[in-house]
Amino acid sequence: MTRIGSRFEALGGEGRKAFVGFVTAGDVSLERTADVALAMEAGGCDVLELGVPFSDPLADGPVIQRASERALRRGTTLAGVLECVRRIRRTSGLPLVLFSYLNPLLRYGLERLAKEAHDSGVDGVLVTDLPPEEAGEWLEVARKSALDTVFLASPTSPDARLAQVAAASRGFVYAVSRTGVTGEQGVISDDARPLLRRLKALTKEPVALGFGLSTPEQVAAAAEVSDAVVVGSALVRFLEEQPQGDVAERVRWLKSRM
Amino acid sequence: MSTVPDARGRFGAYGGRYVPETLVEPLVELEAAYDEARRDPEFRKDLQQRLRDFVGRPTPLTFAERLSQRLGLRVYLKREDLCHTGAHKINNALGQALLVKRMGKTRVVAETGAGQHGVATATVCALLGLECVVYMGALDMARQAPNVQRMRLLGAEVRGVDSGTKTLKDAINEAMRDWVTNVRTTHYLLGSALGAHPYPMMVRDFHAVIGEEARMQVLGQAGALPDLLVACVGGGSNAIGLFSAFLDDAVAMYGVEAGGRSDEPGDHAARFLGGEQSIGVLHGTRTYLLQDEAGNVLPTHSVSAGLDYPAVGPEHAMLHDQGRVTYDSVSDDEALAAFHVLSEIEGIVPALESSHAIAWMIREAGRFAGQLAILNLSGRGDKDLGIVEGR
Repeated sequence: MTRIGSRFEALGGEGRKAFVGFVTAGDVSLERTADVALAMEAGGCDVLELGVPFSDPLADGPVIQRASERALRRGTTLAGVLECVRRIRRTSGLPLVLFSYLNPLLRYGLERLAKEAHDSGVDGVLVTDLPPEEAGEWLEVARKSALDTVFLASPTSPDARLAQVAAASRGFVYAVSRTGVTGEQGVISDDARPLLRRLKALTKEPVALGFGLSTPEQVAAAAEVSDAVVVGSALVRFLEEQPQGDVAERVRWLKSRM
Repeated sequence: MSTVPDARGRFGAYGGRYVPETLVEPLVELEAAYDEARRDPEFRKDLQQRLRDFVGRPTPLTFAERLSQRLGLRVYLKREDLCHTGAHKINNALGQALLVKRMGKTRVVAETGAGQHGVATATVCALLGLECVVYMGALDMARQAPNVQRMRLLGAEVRGVDSGTKTLKDAINEAMRDWVTNVRTTHYLLGSALGAHPYPMMVRDFHAVIGEEARMQVLGQAGALPDLLVACVGGGSNAIGLFSAFLDDAVAMYGVEAGGRSDEPGDHAARFLGGEQSIGVLHGTRTYLLQDEAGNVLPTHSVSAGLDYPAVGPEHAMLHDQGRVTYDSVSDDEALAAFHVLSEIEGIVPALESSHAIAWMIREAGRFAGQLAILNLSGRGDKDLGIVEGR
């Protein structure tokens, strides 16, 4: 079991839900990203998703697009992101998930990436544009390196697909609360609840709910229906506006109603 | 009937369906709807009638007499420039729009580079009463302004895209973001033989009429099959449309990419230059892709907006590896020179995209002395007058 599984087990034992934070690696700098990770842990973040910047982030809204552009302009590469993970690991046991588009991983080499990611201290990987039916080779090399593989479940996925997604997922399943790209929303979509119900009937893996959550109220509401809540764009936007801001405090605030 | 792609949308090692989960089921539904439609005689009849009465098909196959004299071979031009809206793009736009009606969706999004696909999409949406939003890179809107005006006249909303390189690639990113958000009501009317399965197959099939007509016409007019076919390749829709009818014949085929300003990264859109290490995934498909060492997509350059794209359709990737089609490139300057040649000696103003095919034929003519060639004149050049005058 990876750090992700252990964390969910520990939280489950206490009847608590997980807070999953996302930041784009290399936004501001990779040094800052490592500090942000530790601050988020101090603020109560249970799992950190580190976004690997990509030139064409077509599943992302404007906030994460801009963060990716900033990170790429600073020359952030996958190798640099792994170095950042090693830096975090010197002092932290925070469960870490790489969040990437497929092409940077392909270019790095899937087998090499899986091995080096694991050796660096990565616990799991989510590949945004890799649905289970295209993931054969990836699943093989990720399993060999004992990496968790997180897949997306969507309101548009019928039950047969959800079963496929759940079967391929290790660590947790990432349920997308609505159709669309990443980004903050005023309200939680009506799509979220039925999706979670369908998923929970199909899998024992923890289910995290994400896409569009940005306030303590939304986080609390999402935590009521899922095992974990993912906040991405709201944290990335906070860092865009206050690159040296107090992220620990921000996480505490987001969790304050949980 | 073509034997590719397989059930998973694979053309050999290429193609597939690399998209976020939200889009997988809509693509499965699209594939099923298309499969049902193409076997429905009513759908086929409706499409054929509209291709004849609205688009103006069949388009002529024109013997280019003075060009042939000059080059020392017999050149026939497949006149897709004479399609309604001025390019081959409408063959596919019409086919997909009829499919949209069948699927009961009411809204269409599309991307456009040169504006020809955007105009074709706006046109068929006006024809069939569909809401239409076209995404276009800000750079392309500036250099293809007449087509922006045309789309707006046709009732489409044109949304400029300011991200990334502000060209076709970024327009596709935005169209996909819109689609993933509004997928329950919206169809993505993709304009080239690329993207996730079933698009490369479906777009090819809707353009196969180009090759089917050309094959019959050349047999009638020249009394023989051609020795070679030549077409420009951006995503590769006009090329695959022409080539697909001749793949089982002893006919040589040449696809011409945009060589741009130089062979340096960022200066061209010649995807096959980089060899095997450029194979990657963009916009849902595995194919040859201009990328840097970290797997980020490289900027591209071409004088022709329609060829200014970093990936090539997956079937072309397969045909390249099989050696069935030879891919080569010509520079901006060669394409511009060819634009003038065809205008002056044949009385046909070609699109800058199609000018790449002409330029290649002019440059390579010596190797084909006395042979019979069909060159796909994929579009007309009215939209390019501003660019040509500015040079």
